[in-house]
Amino acid sequence: MTRWKLWLPLVLFAGFCALVAWPLIRPPSTDVHSQLIGKPLPQFALKPANSTLPGIATADFRDGKPRLLNVFASWCVPCAAEAPQLGELQRQGVEIVGIDLRDHPEDLAQFLQQNGNPFARIGADDIGAVQLGIGSSGVPETFVIDGKGVIRYQHIGDIRAEDVPMLLGKLKDAEA
Amino acid sequence: MRLLLAFLALALAAPVIAQDSMPDAPYAYKQLEDPAQEAKAKALMETLRCLTCQGQSIADSDAKIAGDMRHQVRTRIKAGESPEAIRRWLMERYGDYISYKPELSETTWPLFALPLVLVLAGGLVLFGRFRRRA
Repeated sequence: MTRWKLWLPLVLFAGFCALVAWPLIRPPSTDVHSQLIGKPLPQFALKPANSTLPGIATADFRDGKPRLLNVFASWCVPCAAEAPQLGELQRQGVEIVGIDLRDHPEDLAQFLQQNGNPFARIGADDIGAVQLGIGSSGVPETFVIDGKGVIRYQHIGDIRAEDVPMLLGKLKDAEA
Repeated sequence: MRLLLAFLALALAAPVIAQDSMPDAPYAYKQLEDPAQEAKAKALMETLRCLTCQGQSIADSDAKIAGDMRHQVRTRIKAGESPEAIRRWLMERYGDYISYKPELSETTWPLFALPLVLVLAGGLVLFGRFRRRA
């Protein structure tokens, strides 16, 4: 047997160890992305989540104007963390529509009072039916919807300050 | 001592409830009235992945989203939809990842082909050895 062949099992073993160790050192992302990017929003209608703002229906998204669809809840901590960024987007003229997930109207009222209200309308999704319908797997998540009601982009997790220009860019792309 | 106290405090700490207090979807924990339909729903739920607790099926998980998914499965079965249609509906939204059922596709075929290749290769090696000995 030649010399290098003697080392082959060790090299194979080291390769195997590296294969196992790599995901332990760098855990792969466990985000589940919606497969509906580029597809129209499914048909749905949600009742208003509180008495001050209207609810939402699929037809609201087909008026030619791109907007953000934000899945949130008052019981969700990162949703409070992203509130200033949503406020900033609203100040820059972005229309934000909210899907309030499994929430009590009084808790929502308190949440909006504490964190400000960037929403033009909020629909109540009491049993997560619309959340599942649009391929969202948690809160908060933010979708860019173009003027024809087509889902153009999904942002998973809270919106950080550095994500604001990115989302503005995605909204601009959605105009085309 | 300090360390011990810290561990004790950790052990006794109640987890922060970052969860909603809304009632569950009607069919999250309620079985379907028709046992045959419930059996179909149960079989399907055992092969669907929970989205937040990714090692579990939605039949095993108490996560809220798993309850919502069970509600979808049960109401759709009740309405006469076939289990495979419901699986497709979910896969259209969340991709193959949502389903535990192994499926032959463009990306998974090597998994099915490899054992056959290995058995064939092993057979060839054995064949060669036996022939040499004979």
